[in-house]
Amino acid sequence: MLFVSEISFERYFEPVFQPVSFALEAGGLLLVTGANGCGKTTLIRVLAGFLHPTSGNYTCQAPSTAYVGHQLAIKDDLSVIENLRFMRNFLGIRQRSCKAVMQRLGLDRVAGQLARTLSAGQRKRCALGRLLLTDSKLWLLDEPYANLDPEGVGLVDDIVINHLAAGGACVLATLGNHRPGWASSQEYPLISGAGEC
Amino acid sequence: MNPDTRKMKTDRPRKNPLVMFIHKLGSPPWFYGFTGKFVPWLWAVFTVLTVWGLYLGLIKAPPDYLQGEIYRIMYIHVPAAWMSMMIYVLMAGMGFIALIWRIRTMEIMAMNSAPIGAAFTLIALATGSLWGRPTWGTYWVWDARLTSELVLLFLYLGVIGLFKAMDEPRKAARAASLLALVGLVNLPIIHFSVKWWNTLHQGSSISLTGSKIDPSMLWPLLIMAVAMKFYYAANLITRSRVTLLQQDLRKSWTRDVIEDATPERIL
Amino acid sequence: MLTEQPSENIGGSMAAAFLALLRRDLLLAFRRRTELLFPVAFLLVVVSLFPLGIGPNPALLARIAPGVIWIAALLATVIALDGLFRSDFDDGTLEQFILSGHPLTLLVLAKIVAHWLVAGLPLVLLSPLLAIWMNLPMESLGVMVLTLMLGTPILSLIGSIGVGLTVGLKRGGQLLSLLVFPLYVPILIVATAAVMAASDGLPYGAFLGLLTAGLVISVTLAPFAAAAALKISLS
Repeated sequence: MLFVSEISFERYFEPVFQPVSFALEAGGLLLVTGANGCGKTTLIRVLAGFLHPTSGNYTCQAPSTAYVGHQLAIKDDLSVIENLRFMRNFLGIRQRSCKAVMQRLGLDRVAGQLARTLSAGQRKRCALGRLLLTDSKLWLLDEPYANLDPEGVGLVDDIVINHLAAGGACVLATLGNHRPGWASSQEYPLISGAGEC
Repeated sequence: MNPDTRKMKTDRPRKNPLVMFIHKLGSPPWFYGFTGKFVPWLWAVFTVLTVWGLYLGLIKAPPDYLQGEIYRIMYIHVPAAWMSMMIYVLMAGMGFIALIWRIRTMEIMAMNSAPIGAAFTLIALATGSLWGRPTWGTYWVWDARLTSELVLLFLYLGVIGLFKAMDEPRKAARAASLLALVGLVNLPIIHFSVKWWNTLHQGSSISLTGSKIDPSMLWPLLIMAVAMKFYYAANLITRSRVTLLQQDLRKSWTRDVIEDATPERIL
Repeated sequence: MLTEQPSENIGGSMAAAFLALLRRDLLLAFRRRTELLFPVAFLLVVVSLFPLGIGPNPALLARIAPGVIWIAALLATVIALDGLFRSDFDDGTLEQFILSGHPLTLLVLAKIVAHWLVAGLPLVLLSPLLAIWMNLPMESLGVMVLTLMLGTPILSLIGSIGVGLTVGLKRGGQLLSLLVFPLYVPILIVATAAVMAASDGLPYGAFLGLLTAGLVISVTLAPFAAAAALKISLS
């Protein structure tokens, strides 16, 4: 689904990470690990197509990609349900129920609240709702566990594993030791361009 | 093939000889070596032509029967005005290549063109206004040509400002190149609208150059015009070589260049 | 063919995305409706400064009215434009736009339309009042409104390119005016010429035609450039 060969990315004419190569098949989970400053976010942004690799190439056979990063793309001036409804209508998948998604995320009690009133963890959950509203086969998740309580962490694992079981693929960048329990997962320790980490 | 397949490749097609040449130019060590051979010659030709042109223009050419000696400022003003337009077009053209093929040397050349072009624009404006004092009796008239030059200066300043304001040099160069392209599309519209605005509001327009130019006055002008093109080429390439070295300071080819250039006793 | 069926679907979903975005932006603007008054108030204040600065001579005011109102509208537009992509850029929504598979050009156009409806249209609606303040002859008042009606969308469209380029910068708003004002020169010239021609009892249809042509061209081209600019700003 995603074939990456010798991708590198330079910022200020310095490589951010050592060249990256991997192949990810349907049902595969790739865990990108490494300390702060290793370029995990940069790699995910390259894979998402926001950044153009300085060298190397990659092929992505998924028709579309879903991405949840540090910036959650949630509008403070819209309520939770309005945010989710916009995501759904925007992606053109009208048949999914936003109510069901909110229940799944544990947000049904704050559905009518403006997003600005949410806690960091609740906002994260709301952003993860995007994953439940999309048809995308390839998911790129940048620190999906950040700000979440243990129950939220379990929720992320659940969502990811369901996706993988349905034939999806996922690249997940994480700092911590927590891993979703999935058999065909590989770990990619990212090395910073300077050779540290 | 699946139309949804998204491919991201940095390998580029290498078929067309022109495209091949552009890609060769895109390799920093090759560019550095290639331009190093002839950049001294560009400077030399520029110097010779300038001395020759200025001699013919300032000493040999006869004074104008209407304007006297003051018309000689034309030998700076007119070529500078031509250069200011030409460099903008070239800058936008190189910016276009840089945007489409992501060639770093083209980004560098486009961005190094901007200050040179802005300088020529400033020279054209300053000499134009100095020329205007004896002919019009004032330093500034909203003449169509001067106004166009002024707007062009703003366009240059926008490109330079955007390039300097962005943090990452390559991203900044791409953004400024796009702005230059947008400016290029607008430039003819701006030029003609200003010309038309001038006739609309003034009725009669004052022309800077006389209608009849004696060949003895024309030749120095043409020589100066060519000299300034050499100046642009020489200055641009010299600047671009330095920028390349600065950007690639930690790459191996740069180290070789610096070691080659450093005399033994310093090492 | 397999692609036949989805392509129709994609067209439908593109329209749906366009409308969803338009609706969302209008709703967001409505939630912050006080902020919509800032450009309008700016326009009022700037125009009212002119009689104070140069004296209340009606003939003089009438003479400079088209230029003053147009320049003030231009400044107000640029001030309002600064926020066109800002929040979507800061909160990551633009990244989601790019990944959505919808053409960014179309989404940019939706945002510009929404922005003009809430920030440009009020300026147009306010212009008769300004024309009266500036003692503009009644016969050219209608032409003034018409030029603004045709011209302010062009300002928003061309401005969106500059906004796309400066959205990631800390002081982007200050740079924006330097980037876009030179590009606004032809519009300013044609629009004010139309109003002046109307004041002098001359035909002005050709000027309005030029403005319409400008609008058509900028609707076609500017969103592409703005989308490209946004992609660069995101990288």
